[in-house]
Amino acid sequence: MTVSLSSSRLRGQIRNMTVARRAGVVLPILLMAALGSVLFACVCGSVSLSLGELWQALLELLNGAPTTLPGSLLELRLGRALTGFVTGATLALAGVMMQALLRNPLADPYVLGISGGASVGALATILFFGSFWLVDVAAFAGAIAVALLLFGLAYHDLRGAGSTDGSAPVLLLTGVIVATGCGALITLMLSIAPDSRLRGMVFWMIGDLSNTQSRYVPWLILAVVLLFAMRNARSVNIAAMHADNASTLGVNIGRLRQLLFLCSALLTASAVSNAGSIGFVGLIMPHICRFAWGADHRLLIPAATLAGGCFLVLADTVARTVVAPQQLPVGVITAMVGVPLFLLQLHQLQRR
Amino acid sequence: MDIRALNLSIGKRVLVEQLNWRVQPGECWCIIGRNGAGKSTLLRTLAGLRPIQSGQVSLRDKVLQDWPLTQLARERSFLPQGRADAFAYSALDTVLSARHPYQDTHYWENSDDMELAMTALRDLDVADLAERDVRSLSGGERQRVAIAALLAQDAQWMLLDEPANALDLGHQVSVMQLFARLCTEKNKAVVMVSHDLNMAYRIATHALLLMGDGSWQAGPADSIFNAEQLSACLGHPIERFRHGEQTLFLPQN
Repeated sequence: MTVSLSSSRLRGQIRNMTVARRAGVVLPILLMAALGSVLFACVCGSVSLSLGELWQALLELLNGAPTTLPGSLLELRLGRALTGFVTGATLALAGVMMQALLRNPLADPYVLGISGGASVGALATILFFGSFWLVDVAAFAGAIAVALLLFGLAYHDLRGAGSTDGSAPVLLLTGVIVATGCGALITLMLSIAPDSRLRGMVFWMIGDLSNTQSRYVPWLILAVVLLFAMRNARSVNIAAMHADNASTLGVNIGRLRQLLFLCSALLTASAVSNAGSIGFVGLIMPHICRFAWGADHRLLIPAATLAGGCFLVLADTVARTVVAPQQLPVGVITAMVGVPLFLLQLHQLQRR
Repeated sequence: MDIRALNLSIGKRVLVEQLNWRVQPGECWCIIGRNGAGKSTLLRTLAGLRPIQSGQVSLRDKVLQDWPLTQLARERSFLPQGRADAFAYSALDTVLSARHPYQDTHYWENSDDMELAMTALRDLDVADLAERDVRSLSGGERQRVAIAALLAQDAQWMLLDEPANALDLGHQVSVMQLFARLCTEKNKAVVMVSHDLNMAYRIATHALLLMGDGSWQAGPADSIFNAEQLSACLGHPIERFRHGEQTLFLPQN
């Protein structure tokens, strides 16, 4: 058992490898990128603002209700950009947690049918009441209802008794079946909907940021879950590595899985009820961050959260400017960016 | 580690009945038995991964279930038979993760953890693989990285399910000698499942035979490793030879 590495080279290697150092470089850059993306979203649009105008408008906004055109534009764009950021960040974090929970890098926040539940709630409200302020509440309630149903059905599986590979197969199967059921209900509602309401229903499903209001609740949910996730990042690593055997390293795997499930369900419900089911952010962003900076959740959790928010703000800016004055739903853009990126990655994975 | 009146069964099959067994620091135990005789089940039970149906397992005079998980993780480590790697962790990441029970609320590992992890990787001859994605390692390399993680966990009691699995002959010998050294020099206790009688006899101080019908036999290696009992245990006639300094076990034709 001899090693031909000289000690100095070994120490150099160690220095290159520590995730802490990598995080120290990556996270500030991502934070800057997040601010930059919001700034970009505020400047871009049918009437572009110069940085000077932006500064004036910002001061105006801080002093109270805006009176000038730049002020009103900024209010609209900033509100939308912030909603976009929190939605994207929420989806990406939900994706990271869901992938760790299911130990499957191809899982996304929608795989277990939680968004399906939200869709059923939202579409039923649009179909039967047509009122739009209730839709968000109904979507949230639908998502939570499905989450609780899954939690009850897969309780034993979540506790981590039995399966040696720990991929929570019962949970995954139950979720996929529930998602299919929700899909059938959605198709049923779409097929009996009158034409006047169909457009609203379809647009809700694609995912869109144009009709959303700025709220505090999604930020609160994101902040609380992010705090929880980072506090438990080491345990999440061990759960992702060792599945059920994580308990021999001192991780209460059953409780961790339950909390991961509840947190990612809450995030998904929050994002979907806020902006509809915007696809691919929750799948792509964790994946890209893992590919770029490694699988360690201590870095992955904050990095994917920031990158997800950043990505959705940029995608939404493209969605509302690329064929202006017409606005595209942001879900179309994320899918158009996400699908080729994902195929490329999958291809690379196979080649390795 | 003290096991009293332990019963193990899967469904209606009784695997182990009324097991009374004591593992003390410095001892190296080998569990021998046929496929499905309950070796892994017993090991997983001792690791706390299976609920105990009846009987009692205690560690340092404290019942297993009463140990807080983190404290327990500093006392005993467990090497499972196989592992499925879902994510692209580096080999070093997996070894560092074994320091989890010692890190309390710290977010990052400190330089001592890093030092220990690198030492463990060097001991297993896989230091040059430290940065490799675990999913790209060969079976034997992955196994050695897993054993390195086990060493980094630095527990008093080590439970190993076929540690020499997938290793080439040279590494089988060196890994087994490593465990034997840990017992004699560092006063650790090893309990391992092994199918290789020759290798087991070389390093084991004690052995536990599981007959598969619920009966069992435990004792010092010299009294357990005889042709008659091994033949009965494994269900095939086995002969014991002496070759120079070595004792060999071979299945009869």
